[in-house]
Amino acid sequence: MADPDSSQQRRRDYWRENLRIMAWLLAVWFLVSYGCGIIFVDVLNKISLGGFQLGFWMAQQGSIYVFVVLIFVYVRLMNKLDKKYGFDKEDESESDKKEDA
Amino acid sequence: MDVKTWTYLIVGITFALYIGIAIWSRAKSTSEFYVAGGGVSPLANGMATAADWMSAASFLSMAGLIAYSGYGGSVFLMGWTGGYVLLALLLAPYLRKYGKFTVPEFIGERFYSKTARVVAVVCLILVSVTYVIGQMKGVGVVFSRFLETDYNTGLFIGMSIVFFYAVLGGMKGITYTQIVQYVVLIFAYTVPAIFISLQLTGNPIPQLGLGGDVAGGTPLLAKLDAVIQELGFNQFTTDVMGSKLNMFMYTLSLMIGTAGLPHVIIRFFTVPKVKDARLSAGYALIFIAILYTTAPAVAAMARLNLTQTIQTGKVGTLEGNLEYAKRPDWFKNWEKTGLLEYHDWNGDGRIQYYNDGGLGAAQYARETAKSKLVEAKKAAAAGDKKAATDIAAAQHSIATADQHIAEEKIKHNKTPFAQHGWQGNEMVNVDKDIIVLANPEIAKLPGWVIALVVAGGLAAALSTAAGLLLAIASAISHDLLKGIMRPNITEKEELKASRIAMIGAILMAGYFGLNPPDFAAGTVAIAFGLAASSIFPVLMMGIFSKRMNRQGAIAGMIAGIGVTLLYVFQHKGIMFIPGTTFLGDMKENWFFGITPNAFGAVGAAVNFAVAFAVSKTAGPPPKEVQELVERIRTPGD
Repeated sequence: MADPDSSQQRRRDYWRENLRIMAWLLAVWFLVSYGCGIIFVDVLNKISLGGFQLGFWMAQQGSIYVFVVLIFVYVRLMNKLDKKYGFDKEDESESDKKEDA
Repeated sequence: MDVKTWTYLIVGITFALYIGIAIWSRAKSTSEFYVAGGGVSPLANGMATAADWMSAASFLSMAGLIAYSGYGGSVFLMGWTGGYVLLALLLAPYLRKYGKFTVPEFIGERFYSKTARVVAVVCLILVSVTYVIGQMKGVGVVFSRFLETDYNTGLFIGMSIVFFYAVLGGMKGITYTQIVQYVVLIFAYTVPAIFISLQLTGNPIPQLGLGGDVAGGTPLLAKLDAVIQELGFNQFTTDVMGSKLNMFMYTLSLMIGTAGLPHVIIRFFTVPKVKDARLSAGYALIFIAILYTTAPAVAAMARLNLTQTIQTGKVGTLEGNLEYAKRPDWFKNWEKTGLLEYHDWNGDGRIQYYNDGGLGAAQYARETAKSKLVEAKKAAAAGDKKAATDIAAAQHSIATADQHIAEEKIKHNKTPFAQHGWQGNEMVNVDKDIIVLANPEIAKLPGWVIALVVAGGLAAALSTAAGLLLAIASAISHDLLKGIMRPNITEKEELKASRIAMIGAILMAGYFGLNPPDFAAGTVAIAFGLAASSIFPVLMMGIFSKRMNRQGAIAGMIAGIGVTLLYVFQHKGIMFIPGTTFLGDMKENWFFGITPNAFGAVGAAVNFAVAFAVSKTAGPPPKEVQELVERIRTPGD
């Protein structure tokens, strides 16, 4: 970690993996809300789920549950990623500022 | 005990609690005042965030909006929850890592520019003030009903309470108060929902009751669809708001607006670590989701109950409609506030509440113009010289209304309702904001439940107002005064300045509350549009693009908020001339059929596009700024 090059490389790799996690989760986010709730709602409404039409249920209930799950999946994945790259031992003072310099 | 006693008791207890906490945890340092010292646990912060963010709009207006827009109301449900996914993934952890007090402070440092900071302050104030107006309207509605006064008196009382409450507590006090307010509001929201769900479907969980069966074995939603369609309204479960494109853009505007709301973002500065910021967003969304998944059930059940209270029997039979003389007490109480109005067009002494295509509204406009004419004539007789123009205006309104009535009558005569002897919708005003408050009364629930809802509505409005006032005050005192105008002021002076800024903000909000530009949730939607078009894009580019420079950011913010404001103001000018609202919303002026409230996403796209184009005209930001970006992207080493 003393070597600034490897430190920078480590940051870049971490960032790239972070972006990939984000992209996947946002794809799901888009699919359940805009996809199921708006764009394909009429098709999904042909399927019924108890007293609900599926499209209506996704728009008013289902998407919200998925959002909650998404954030907790994100928390889990990011905690793992932090650990993998050694960013989990956090210290709120900006000690890394000195390290980069 | 009667409802009134219960209300005084419960509201009194909750107020005493809030004020007690505010006094007990008064902020002594600027760090405590702005970010509660940065030591709030993720769970506590999640709860406070939920209360901070769930406003009068969520609590009072949203279910009412969904009740009247059905499936179209989904934009509020998805928009105001999906934004938390963006907040958790795109902003909160990085801004926490940056670790200062305000949003403009980050923008100023990331874009190495005082101009950027000032532009950000202006955007923040526009957003927050618009948002506060919505809260004021909510408080006014609650108080007017609770104290049975008119709306304006209610607003003044509400203002004084928010005033006392917000100036006393800084972020530290606000955080602890908001936790209590969350408990009050979620309890107040779910208890009546559980009762009503039990009554209608036999299922105590409203989320399941919404999909349950009503007496007779028909699914609740199918029954609702049938009942309101028979009265000429659109089918509840498929009623699209404007167009699919409009719903898409509306949802997107609310989502990115949520993620760009400064008073929500600063809540994530109060947790100790980056990790906590992510987790806290998750907790916040759980707490929010409890209310948001209950809201559609409340909406559908309230619509069914309200419709069946008035339309007691078969459509078209005389006995099928409620006699006005026998209307229930809640009806009379809401009539006193002016938020519910009845006019007996066909003179049968009964209430017809149906979709007449606009005939009732046209007739009502004529009545209003007629009474204005009488007043103006009186003024003229008393020697008022200006009355002549009023007379001419009123006469013109009457002529216009007559023309509309004639047109509407031709259309109305072709409907089956005309054959029943109905002559226009007689519920000439049903303010959507009253649905949640009236709901327990309509369902004939016990007095303490009704009182609880009143306390919950106030908790929702007060907690959000306090959070907003803090964001405004910190932008003025920390960013403008300390950051730009007088960097040398002492901490004590800065604290004092932020309290004075709060007082100014609340007076302004109160003034606008007297002339609200739209119903509460509508007003808030405009604030979201502004946050979406200015603050969210600039923050995102600040984190995700190292190349984005000062020139691009400033141009982007100005272009984004400028375009959005122009679009909104252009429409508001047209829409809010009294008596023309029944014409619809001037469809031909809409950009691809997108309503002003849904325009924030377009503004955000303009912001991004302008920022990228302009950023190419200048070099990349200085090395230390690029290093700052690198640093905030990873949690502390």
